[in-house]
Amino acid sequence: MSAFLKLLARNQLALAGLIVMGIVVVLALLTPLLPLADPDVTNTPARFTPPFSEGAWLGTDHLGRDLLSRLMWGTRLSLAVGFAAATIAATLGAAIGIISGFYGGRVDNIIMRFVDVLMAFPYILLALAIVAALGPGLMNALIAVAAVNIPFFARNIRGITVGIAHKEFVDAARLAGLSDAKIILTEILPNVLPVIVIAMSTTVGWMILETAGLSFLGLGSQPPQADLGSMLGEARNALITNPHTSIVPGVMILIIVMAINLLGDGVRDALDPRLKSGALNRPLPATLVARPAGYTAPAPDGEAVLQLAGLETQFHVGRRTYRAVGGVDLQISPGECVGLIGESGSGKSVTALSIMGLVASPPGKITGGSVFYKGQDLVGAPYERLRSLRGRRVAYIFQDPLATLHPLYTVGDQLIEAVRCHRNVPKSEARAHAIELLRAVRIPNAADRVDSYPHELSGGMRQRVGIAMALANDPEVIIADEPTTALDVTVQAQILTLLDDLRRDRGLAILFITHDFGVVAQLCDRVAVMYAGRIVEDGTVDDILAAPAHPYTKRLMACVPELGGGRRRLEAIPGLPPVVDNLPDGCAFADRCDKARDACRQGTIPLDPLGATRRVRCIDPELQEASA
Amino acid sequence: MTGYILKRLISAIPVLIGISIVVFLIMAMIPGDPATAILGSYATPENVAELNRDLGLDKPLVQRYFIWLSNLMQGDLGRSFNLNRPVLDEVLERFNATLILAGTSFVLCSVLGIAAGVISAARQYGIADKAITFAVLLGISIPSFFLGMMMILIFAVNLRWFPVSGMWPIYGTRDIWALIDHLTMPALALSVVATGVVARLSRSAMLEVLRQDFIRTARAKGVHERSIIWRHALRAAMVSIIPVLGIQAGFVLSGAVYIERVFQWPGIGQMLVDAILRRDILLVQGGVVFVAACYVLFNIIVDVAQSLLDPRIKT
Repeated sequence: MSAFLKLLARNQLALAGLIVMGIVVVLALLTPLLPLADPDVTNTPARFTPPFSEGAWLGTDHLGRDLLSRLMWGTRLSLAVGFAAATIAATLGAAIGIISGFYGGRVDNIIMRFVDVLMAFPYILLALAIVAALGPGLMNALIAVAAVNIPFFARNIRGITVGIAHKEFVDAARLAGLSDAKIILTEILPNVLPVIVIAMSTTVGWMILETAGLSFLGLGSQPPQADLGSMLGEARNALITNPHTSIVPGVMILIIVMAINLLGDGVRDALDPRLKSGALNRPLPATLVARPAGYTAPAPDGEAVLQLAGLETQFHVGRRTYRAVGGVDLQISPGECVGLIGESGSGKSVTALSIMGLVASPPGKITGGSVFYKGQDLVGAPYERLRSLRGRRVAYIFQDPLATLHPLYTVGDQLIEAVRCHRNVPKSEARAHAIELLRAVRIPNAADRVDSYPHELSGGMRQRVGIAMALANDPEVIIADEPTTALDVTVQAQILTLLDDLRRDRGLAILFITHDFGVVAQLCDRVAVMYAGRIVEDGTVDDILAAPAHPYTKRLMACVPELGGGRRRLEAIPGLPPVVDNLPDGCAFADRCDKARDACRQGTIPLDPLGATRRVRCIDPELQEASA
Repeated sequence: MTGYILKRLISAIPVLIGISIVVFLIMAMIPGDPATAILGSYATPENVAELNRDLGLDKPLVQRYFIWLSNLMQGDLGRSFNLNRPVLDEVLERFNATLILAGTSFVLCSVLGIAAGVISAARQYGIADKAITFAVLLGISIPSFFLGMMMILIFAVNLRWFPVSGMWPIYGTRDIWALIDHLTMPALALSVVATGVVARLSRSAMLEVLRQDFIRTARAKGVHERSIIWRHALRAAMVSIIPVLGIQAGFVLSGAVYIERVFQWPGIGQMLVDAILRRDILLVQGGVVFVAACYVLFNIIVDVAQSLLDPRIKT
């Protein structure tokens, strides 16, 4: 609770709302004690005195009554009526909701159908009907406003109660022989009370506005008694000649409702965990770049089509910094397939997304290093440059194609778009090309499938569509981020074969991200093993499969079951990968490594060459090659 | 699709029956005797009893409901004793005016609200976002009737851009330009709150969608940012915006009651308020049932629009 209040206080607007509302409420409470003129004494000769006159700060109305005094009394009345209506609606609505949710079944059904009917009315219309039946008057307006708000509370509270009514502690209370009434009062009510209070705080503004509205129409408070609404209603006739009589109560309603809205927004924000975690930040078109001042890019390698040099990507969430990628060097030559392997959270996906600036930003940020595409540094390149390369030269295939394809466009539309955002071709031509692409990824009935929505396709089919999309503009590099993880084994094998064929036919370079050594063995020429944001070993697939040098690689390979490999025990790696917001000195794997010694936990361990084609980041590699 | 529309129409029948029961019961709760109200306090008991018999008020409640319902089905909503004309005629005429006002406001709040929300989300925490957020807060806090009065003061009385009130000029031709001239201010005043609500919701729906994986896919394809926002993200966000538009239609229809009063617009809201003050019960009853039924039908249109937009909804 105090944490909640602190959070609320940090939201300055909400605090302002709270203060304004507090002042208004205190003034309304003190009104009878203040030295104000009698609000109902008429003084016709002094009618329509302008504001700031002597004896009448805010002037007088059409009957010469003191506006300041009427405003104070009117505010008092409006607040009282609004709060009363909110309390009545909340109490009755919650009672109905709790009964409906607690008993369920038939009771629930009947009550909820009735609530549905009430909610089918346009709001004020129902209030008007009730006032019509009861007759105009402030009390009746209050009843009407409360009544039309009951369904809102009933529905909300019922939803929460249904969730609670089947929890263990309620069952336990039932088994203990408590009566229903007792269970509701001691187990259910305390749990729904916060929700009731919050719903009330967000609706009380509406209720004040609605009762003021009914009074404005002449259906609420009757003369001489006046709330803010009826003050405004009476002043309407003199709007043109003496606008101050309208402005005074109108501005007051505005202030009250605005303060309540600010407060309500603050309460909502304080309770929304997504705001705190930054989950409601809009990702920018390209990842932000903040390399240290005076950063000079190293000279790129002439042969590589894609080269990462010291790439660092971080996430800044609140005051914590997660170093997801901590200086990665990696090269991909034309036509080569490089595997990037590691556990979840090792930074392999972030590495892949950093290449084309696709890391969600905020909170992501590229804080160092370079990404060369044919010798050109893409980190910090203008957005338009990145965009023209995305999909055209460097294309992505993502995991879980149900989430990565747009659910509301046909696969054809999405393929056509992929073509047309880089090449100015007519739609019919792009469509023909789309069908061709679907055929290329071996989708049967491509001409029909082109008009399917993603949800109408199987997982394997969707992944083929994802691949077709990556191929749309004949790119040079494809970055495949766990493209087969969400698929079952047979489909996985088909997709891998497809990728391998396409690669050989089209001379594609592939960066293949996976956590599965089996996949790497099938597809890749070289492999880099990643742990806690760094590459711990890289080399040709054959070498590494034959003899892993880093203890982590060895453990990771032990996790792959071999077909026909006898009854080998599958060994899980004990412990968890370190959290990358607070990496220890030395080797990040030390805590999970059998061979760890003191030297492993000191300084920075470099990625040293091991033989001609391999590198390993370990002071005591598994294999000590003489040729090193 | 036809099957789906039919299904939705059939499912609306219980709701419509429910509405008729609620309205009938509220009106039946009225204390006092309608016959006395009609005949005045000097009526003899015999006269009152006779009128009660004529009006069918001597029968039991359930029977009266079914009589009323069957009349309702035949389009007979009774006769307004105050206006001395059939309720249905009056309601249709007035509803026409309300439909013009509320319909315009609904279009305004949808278009302006969605545009503001999308721009706000696209420039999150930028100047445009802050300006829109502030305008929205002001918009949803200002009572529409007060706003309408201030608009009259500024734009009609001081600047003389628009007429003060009414739907048509007293003298002169009743053409579309005259209507637009009279419609602009009330339609704007009525749309302000709804625009704010729609803008708010559109902003958060957009922010939610912009973090989805398929947006990243579109970016990875090289789609222009403008197209990401207005084509990819908005299309997906519409799925959660459309139901709120349905709710806003109800708010606009409700709010018309105040705005018609402020601008002397001859709509059904004005009619209802006058009828309540004159205790013209049949007119209130007919008006409320008619508007509520129209609102139910409108919500079916919203559902159908939703199903057209989202192919995942089974039709």
